Amino acid sequence: MGKRLTKFTERVIESTLMVSGTFTSVIVLLIILFLFSEGAGLFNQTPMEKGYVVAVNTANPVSTLSPAEFKNVYDAKIKTWKSLGGTGDSIKVFRVDDIAGYYTEEQIGSNFEHLGACISELVAKTPNIIAFFPREYADKDFKGKVISLKKITIGSFISDREWFPTAQPVAQFGVLSLILGTLWVSLAAILFALPLGLATAIYLAEIADSRVRNILKPLIELLAGIPSVVYGFFGLIVIVPLIKNIFHLDVGETALAGSIVLGIMALPTIITVSEDALRNTPRAMKEASLALGATKWQTIYKVSIPYSASGITAGAILGIGRAIGETMAVLMCTGNSAIIPHSLLQPVRTIPATIAAELGEAAQGGLHYKALFALGCILFIITFVINLTVEFISSKRRGGSHQ
Amino acid sequence: MKQPDHIQVRKRKQRSQAFAFVSFGVISFAIVAILIVILSFILYNGFRVISWDFITKMPEDGMTKGGIYPAIIGTLYLVAGSMLFAFPIGVMSGIYINEYAKDGFLKRFIQMMTNNLAGVPSIVFGLFGMSLFVNKLKFGDSILAGSLTLGLLALPVVIRTTEEALKAIDNSFRIGSLALGASKWQTTRRVVMPMAFPNVVTGLILSIGRVSGETAPILFTVAAYFLPKLPHSIFDKVMALPYHLYVISTSGTNIEASRGMAYGTALVLIMLVLIANLLANALRRYLGKKVKMN
Repeated sequence: MGKRLTKFTERVIESTLMVSGTFTSVIVLLIILFLFSEGAGLFNQTPMEKGYVVAVNTANPVSTLSPAEFKNVYDAKIKTWKSLGGTGDSIKVFRVDDIAGYYTEEQIGSNFEHLGACISELVAKTPNIIAFFPREYADKDFKGKVISLKKITIGSFISDREWFPTAQPVAQFGVLSLILGTLWVSLAAILFALPLGLATAIYLAEIADSRVRNILKPLIELLAGIPSVVYGFFGLIVIVPLIKNIFHLDVGETALAGSIVLGIMALPTIITVSEDALRNTPRAMKEASLALGATKWQTIYKVSIPYSASGITAGAILGIGRAIGETMAVLMCTGNSAIIPHSLLQPVRTIPATIAAELGEAAQGGLHYKALFALGCILFIITFVINLTVEFISSKRRGGSHQ
Repeated sequence: MKQPDHIQVRKRKQRSQAFAFVSFGVISFAIVAILIVILSFILYNGFRVISWDFITKMPEDGMTKGGIYPAIIGTLYLVAGSMLFAFPIGVMSGIYINEYAKDGFLKRFIQMMTNNLAGVPSIVFGLFGMSLFVNKLKFGDSILAGSLTLGLLALPVVIRTTEEALKAIDNSFRIGSLALGASKWQTTRRVVMPMAFPNVVTGLILSIGRVSGETAPILFTVAAYFLPKLPHSIFDKVMALPYHLYVISTSGTNIEASRGMAYGTALVLIMLVLIANLLANALRRYLGKKVKMN
């Protein structure tokens, strides 16, 4: 009886442990579920302000516009119908506030009771007009053609350049500049951190004697423990003004400042992972090389480094992943303007910084809110792929060392 | 007199070796110097500001004067809450992976997912915490939602340290215990866990250091911009140190005037991490000795 009871408890304990063991997997799946279901809400929507319509003259062949085209028309960057696939030259832009320029107050009516009729007449008689006005005026008697706005698709989301999530009348959800900003900052950070990190890893693993190593290693590990907001603060107070003065810029918050701070933050990851990889080089291999008359340095770059190349690569990729996902330091140091950067001395905006800066102001369930979740999805996918790559590389390494 | 070829070659080799070694050494020390510069910059400026009042008083005058007491308390609550959640689940999960799970698909999958969770950017945790805890489960911006979000972030760290700690224990102890007729759980609880305990606790303390400095996950789940009172329940908002530092160094009412407060806050944050590190090391040494003596 007692034995059966112990057996039963054992089973209960094992099941409990197993449930906790699968907890992380459940969380990852939940993250995917929540992020993607919120983010997916962005697609197949039109980013038009609620309750408004766009209309053109009935003779106009154009029947749909993309959000970007619409914005460019209203910003006077697109000036002719020809470039939109229609006929006729200059586009006449009309907003509901412009009505006073066409009709007298008397014609509109003191309570705007004739406003609808006025707009209708104006659109009907002006062939090259594009009008933007509240939906209530586009009733049955409306004599123009209401055109539709293209829906947001995954393609347009990724390839559009403009990110103006709260622009009126049409919000712009193009993340290309954000993606490029993120990649610029992260790659520049790694370009700066990888050689330095690798040199330090080689020094710690192969050259330094154990006393020096025992001092340097804990210090570098401490570097990893400092919160990112403190790095951001340091960057803001020290590195940003430094860059401003060195390059004589108007603002010091640039991609370069973010890259330097990110590079410093990525160093511990790169150093630790690469050093571990270098230390795994079998002693026999190194000794064989030395016995053949190679110098210590030749042994390092002809034996140790090639042997641990996959581990070093894993460290570099992991460093990039950290840099791409880093939020606070970048938010504080890069200036956050959503433009495609042409040099490191311009302000940029990254995906994590955008989420952090804007989510607080986005109305829950609105398009902006959903767009930020879609950004989160992009970030999640990028880091997920990076993690799987690292996993793949290191599992290959483990397999290789058994031979 | 011309030297023989092989001597020249050897000399050249030695020169390039000396050059490489010296430059690597210089780079390594330069990196450590960067760290020391960052640390001493914040320590120096922070210690000029910090005082007993600074850590025990409410913020005043648009956060340009007074102290950071509510932010310290808020961070302590968040750390405690997240650990209450992450520590039991993380340790159990680590025990399952290392002691119970058989090699195979399930174990590989769980390890892969844990690694993936560790690589998820902290802002994504923030998004997830907001949509699940704040909105879906209707906790609102609260200590509960923030602690759970931070707990999820700390979970992979706790799991990994537990796993490593258990892996380090020689298999002969397990076999010996099982041979004496102990069950698997008895072996785990009475033999393996006590030996792994020092390293598990070290991991816990290190993850406390990490959690206390995280900003992105609490932005939308708990952090309050300015709240000069202490929370009464787990459904209240709180101020937190990292968010406070972010706010007063970027968007405070008067950034220049609150600079001193920012240095002080950064100092307190760094001290938390430093103390966690030192404590973890000391504890590992102390408990390690005790276990050996037993």
